[in-house]
Amino acid sequence: MNKGITIFRILKSKRFNHYIKDISAVTGSLILIIMLIGAIFAPAIAPQNPYDMETLYLADSLVPPIWMEGGKAPFILGTDDQGRDIFSTILYGCRTSFTVGFSVILIAGFIGVTIGILSGFYRGLLETVTMRLADAIFSFSTTLIAMLFLGVLKSHGVGTVILAIVITDWVRYARTMRGSVLGVKEEDYISAARAIGANDLRIMIKYILPNAIPPILVVAAVDFGAAVMLEATLSFLGVGVPINKPSLGMMVSIGKNYIYAGKWWLVVFPGIALILIVFGINLLADWLREEFNPKMTKGKAG
Amino acid sequence: MLTLAGRYATKAQQEAVRVNMGLDKPFYVQYIVFLKNAVKGDFGLSYVSQTPVLELILERLPASIELAMSAMCIALLFGIGLGVLVSLNPRNFISRVIMTGSLFGISLPTFLIGILLIMIFAVYLGVLPTFGRGEVIKITEGWRTGFFTIGGLSHLILPAFTLGMYQLAVLLRLTRGGMLEVLREDYIRTAWAKGLPSKMVIFKHALRNALIPVITMAGLQFGELIAFSIVTESIFQWPGTGNLLLTAVYETDHPVIVAYVMVTSIIILFVNLFVDILYGYINPKIRYE
Repeated sequence: MNKGITIFRILKSKRFNHYIKDISAVTGSLILIIMLIGAIFAPAIAPQNPYDMETLYLADSLVPPIWMEGGKAPFILGTDDQGRDIFSTILYGCRTSFTVGFSVILIAGFIGVTIGILSGFYRGLLETVTMRLADAIFSFSTTLIAMLFLGVLKSHGVGTVILAIVITDWVRYARTMRGSVLGVKEEDYISAARAIGANDLRIMIKYILPNAIPPILVVAAVDFGAAVMLEATLSFLGVGVPINKPSLGMMVSIGKNYIYAGKWWLVVFPGIALILIVFGINLLADWLREEFNPKMTKGKAG
Repeated sequence: MLTLAGRYATKAQQEAVRVNMGLDKPFYVQYIVFLKNAVKGDFGLSYVSQTPVLELILERLPASIELAMSAMCIALLFGIGLGVLVSLNPRNFISRVIMTGSLFGISLPTFLIGILLIMIFAVYLGVLPTFGRGEVIKITEGWRTGFFTIGGLSHLILPAFTLGMYQLAVLLRLTRGGMLEVLREDYIRTAWAKGLPSKMVIFKHALRNALIPVITMAGLQFGELIAFSIVTESIFQWPGTGNLLLTAVYETDHPVIVAYVMVTSIIILFVNLFVDILYGYINPKIRYE
């Protein structure tokens, strides 16, 4: 089967048909794709590199958006107190958001799925320890742990923010994974696989893992939004990425000092960008949840 | 060391601080000493203000509890109320508006909600104050409340809504989901068929069963509530423990951070215990004999 036919089959499949008919899912993915393209090609699209000190002029600080009185040519959405173009800074900030989001779901997902599948398959001490740990982390809240972790840590960077989120976030995947493993472990086809001589590793990867992919996808989608929000929150509080790194949360935090002066564009535009990312992924997550959950039909529950 | 003794301290002074704080002893000795004191409620002195840490926290705890409680009440009241409303007519216009709104409530980070509320109600409309607690009345030693003055209450509205918004949206969606499932059950049809008044069917027969996951979630989310109270307190300069923690983080005041973690863990533990007891009231099936 060549590639063209595969794509054709995907386009004709029932699932794709559902997807393309679901307005909110398509809207969600369109928003995300546009934001992602903006973030990836930020250096090419942005009229200014907001973190290159040489291109900044303090004379251009706090310029309002271009359609307002006093707006200036390259600064479509105005500038902040350092003379940084808001539009460019948002593009660069989205880069940080997407980096954190994707890194977290990949790293936390890998750790969580591994721990979850092992603890569900072998049970025993491993399961007890990881699941009680998961309970503790859940009731203590991932946000709080990340905040405290970064608060105690001295050196900050995008990497430490990702680490701070990952150390608690794997729990979501581990729980979901364990649940799916327990659900299928006693099925006949697992015994059949064992009977034809498949070892544990092969059973886990080939027969158990595929079952768990839909719920893990839903968790990953929700988690992506949560990680992006958490990064913004941490940066807003001043414990996230350092000041010389772009971040939507940091932009809002800077803009906060100027809202009483009526300089609303410092807060509103980065806020909108952040909401769009999270809203987009949540729309997609909603669709995934409904699509992969046979118990719920659209418009009824959930 | 530099923070403790000051940048211009001599070697001898630095050494004096080391001995004074027991930092010359090995780690395990320090840890055992810390544990011994911690059990007695003594978490040591703040590096910065040189006052007992527990006092610092207890002094600010009432403000935080007031804020968290108000937020929780708002979330439960509006979340469950609107959730029931939406579940009764899932397809009409108002329900759709509420559901879209709730998706925003989940998608909006707390700090943005706070700042947007400030912009709308304080900067443009100029109707509500945005920082501090306003007038407070002293009830007993160490507990001052803003509940009984107009100033205090008006200071509470914005932070409480900011903090409660996310929980509100989550609880609303859970209540809706639970109600939609329960309303299709046979016993609900029986209740309608018996001719029970709709209030009775909805609140006694349906809501009570739909509430179990909602209560679980509300309990589980309590930790999140505390985490977001740090954000809220920082935006509204609310004089609570969250602000204390942030200051401690900026000043690397470790005893304060440690004591904060201890106190919040204890609070979270008790809330979870309370939720477990609450289950028994809502669902008699799981009561212990």
